[in-house]
Amino acid sequence: MKFLRNTLDKIKPNFEKGGKLSFLHSVFDGLETFMFVPNHTTKSGTHIRDGIDLKRTMFIVVLALIPCTLFGMWNIGYQHSIATGVTNGWFDNFLYGFLQTLPIIVVSYGVGLGIEFTFCQIKGHPINEGFLVSGLLIPLCLPPDIPLWMVAIATAFAVIVGKEVFGGTGMNILNPALTARVFLYIAYPAEMSGDLVWVTGLKEGAGIVDASTGATTLGLLAAGKEMSVSAWDAFIGIIPGSFGETSALLCLLGGAFLVLTGIGSWQIMLSTILGALGMGFILNAVGGNVYYDFPAINHLLIGGFMFGAIFMATDPVSAAQTAKGKWIYGALIGILTVLIRVFNPAYPEGIMFAILFMNVMAPLIDNYVVKSNIKRRLSRVA
Amino acid sequence: MSNVYTIRRGKDIQLEGVPANQVLGTAIGSTVAVKPNDFKGIKPKLEVKSGDEVKAGDVLFHDKNRPEIKFTSPVSGEVAEIVRGDRRAILEIRVLADKEIKHKAFDTNADIKSLLLESGLWVGITQRPYGTIANPEDRPKAIHISTFDSAPLAQDNSFIAEGEEANFAKGVEALKKLTDGDVHLNHKHGSTNAGFTSVANAVHNEFKGPHPAGLPGIQIHHIDAINKGEVVWTLTVQTVIYIGRLLNGGKVDMRKRVALSGSEITESGYVETISGTAINALIDGRTTSGNNRIISGNVLTGENIGANGYLGFFDNVVTVIPEGDQYEFMGWLIPTYPRPTISNSFPIFKYLKKRFKVNTNLHGEERAFVVTGQYEKVLPMDIMPVQLLKAILAQDLEAMENLGIYEVIEEDLALCEFVCTSKINVQNIVRDGLTLMESEG
Repeated sequence: MKFLRNTLDKIKPNFEKGGKLSFLHSVFDGLETFMFVPNHTTKSGTHIRDGIDLKRTMFIVVLALIPCTLFGMWNIGYQHSIATGVTNGWFDNFLYGFLQTLPIIVVSYGVGLGIEFTFCQIKGHPINEGFLVSGLLIPLCLPPDIPLWMVAIATAFAVIVGKEVFGGTGMNILNPALTARVFLYIAYPAEMSGDLVWVTGLKEGAGIVDASTGATTLGLLAAGKEMSVSAWDAFIGIIPGSFGETSALLCLLGGAFLVLTGIGSWQIMLSTILGALGMGFILNAVGGNVYYDFPAINHLLIGGFMFGAIFMATDPVSAAQTAKGKWIYGALIGILTVLIRVFNPAYPEGIMFAILFMNVMAPLIDNYVVKSNIKRRLSRVA
Repeated sequence: MSNVYTIRRGKDIQLEGVPANQVLGTAIGSTVAVKPNDFKGIKPKLEVKSGDEVKAGDVLFHDKNRPEIKFTSPVSGEVAEIVRGDRRAILEIRVLADKEIKHKAFDTNADIKSLLLESGLWVGITQRPYGTIANPEDRPKAIHISTFDSAPLAQDNSFIAEGEEANFAKGVEALKKLTDGDVHLNHKHGSTNAGFTSVANAVHNEFKGPHPAGLPGIQIHHIDAINKGEVVWTLTVQTVIYIGRLLNGGKVDMRKRVALSGSEITESGYVETISGTAINALIDGRTTSGNNRIISGNVLTGENIGANGYLGFFDNVVTVIPEGDQYEFMGWLIPTYPRPTISNSFPIFKYLKKRFKVNTNLHGEERAFVVTGQYEKVLPMDIMPVQLLKAILAQDLEAMENLGIYEVIEEDLALCEFVCTSKINVQNIVRDGLTLMESEG
């Protein structure tokens, strides 16, 4: 460590103002503070500070995503095996999925961090940790067969239009990862929906023995068909779908980790689930067609619902920020998700639109919560 | 019978170096200073120059905007030096202290208000809103005195008021004449110190729960919150004792007992000294030799005064902790030493039943505001801290007013600053907001 520190101290002057590599100042700063917590001390106000910082906060979210990521890799291999009719061991399946997704992850981080570093350098800001999470969320919510150039464009769009134009991490209105996804969904629908994109290799068609396995349950529901997989499989996650979102179980595991560490808002997670369940039950009670009758509980298991509710809706920057606002925000996401799925089957992935819509509405919700606080405080002098 | 209020949100930060309840001796520095910056929003106008002889109670300077507000010397001696900072702002008026303090005599039969103004003890009365020196023309709706300090490593107020029971009671009696409302004495729940709890002329309240339960701002909010246009005054126990001594003895007697706390103090206890004393008289030979920060006050709200600084007017504690100016390899991931936290992401540190040896490292860099719901956990008021801070940053006066700027001063939100993931300087923002509000309002 001593050696590393000495080396950093030695090369540091090159990157400072006036140094010959000063155009890489932000990059150096980012790497240095990644390796060493700076020796900065408090200057004013409190003399002591809590141990927590944004790096740790973001890292905990990445940790929470690891189970979904690893399982997603295996599942991609597994689904491919089923479609091609081969029997592979779990390791071969994992390896297949790993090799399939690694380039997507690398492109997402590479493009995103590259843009982020450039912006920080131009604006003279320190590098923010926000993209550590977004960079993993983007691959996890995309289909496994997505072309890499699309990943690159979507990431660039999300970082520039979704975040940097608003002023960077902490200032964005929309969740950056979902901005990337919705961009692809609208710009390249053929790669983001239908029966062929959710299992790798289906598009080429080579060696496919069972093409019908490719459709997601959401896709089937949208087509007015019955659920083709058991609820249990959907819960465990051995179904076709986006890279990291298929397993409700592992999403819940990650969610439990976020709640226990206090990083994720359990209020948002719970209210989103309750909102979806409530809306689902109401529609079940009305009944009438296959959309209405789709069991409320299954809404929680299929598509990206759990993944969205736990990892996307809880993004503290784009979510509601007041305590009461979080409950309203979450509940409306749940309700809207089910409504979109049932009433507008043309857009099967309801949670994506629900969260983005509520991201936009969150400041309004907060505004009303703040107003009620003001009103209560004024009523003291009635 | 007293009213009991329970504070649920907050945090007692457990730190090493709690001062032991023992007196280590008497020590007064060779120089004693009065620091205009101990008071908010004043413009000092000198009434003495270097070389003048003063007695304890003689005026050193007054506030340019309100000349009736006078600041007096705690000791007798020769004015040694006027220390100035940027743009010639006066930082310290230093007086070479006589061995035997000569006191100016005051007529205790005079009107209480003019007596306090003349003696310079008025400056110890702080008003809400704004946390400035009270305006003598106001009749506050109440006066609040917190008899305990809940901040980490703070002094034990019962110990500093030992033997001063008569003076404290006399001070409370005098304050009662300055308000049409009540004088509130706010005690720690279960306090048995009769010197506080059986004082006449006051309403007694008890507060239960973690810091910031001992802060008058929090207490006022729960007892009778401040609304727009209302004024409330607060005093420290020590100032009430000064007032009592003045009324009982006819002189300005600013001797006080000061706690030495923090992990770098080697001889724990209290020192009998005087307001504004040079700090080295208190801590020389009583600290470790490392690179330390010497704080007049507590770790949340005190001032970094350095080894050659002077004790603050309102402070009864000197805290000495190590500076944290070391790099920490991968410290955000695997901390190399224990540190206090309210975050569950450090379960070991959060639930460890131990006191921490804390240093001054920021433990991260300043960032944009990201994490929500954090400040609310440590601010036991019906006030939305984040929204208030954003209103201040936007200089939105109406929103600041609506969101409760009149009820808070910096110290009330000090814990928010401690817990902040984004390392935002909350107290500075609050002070900027108060200054702006006062100048516009």
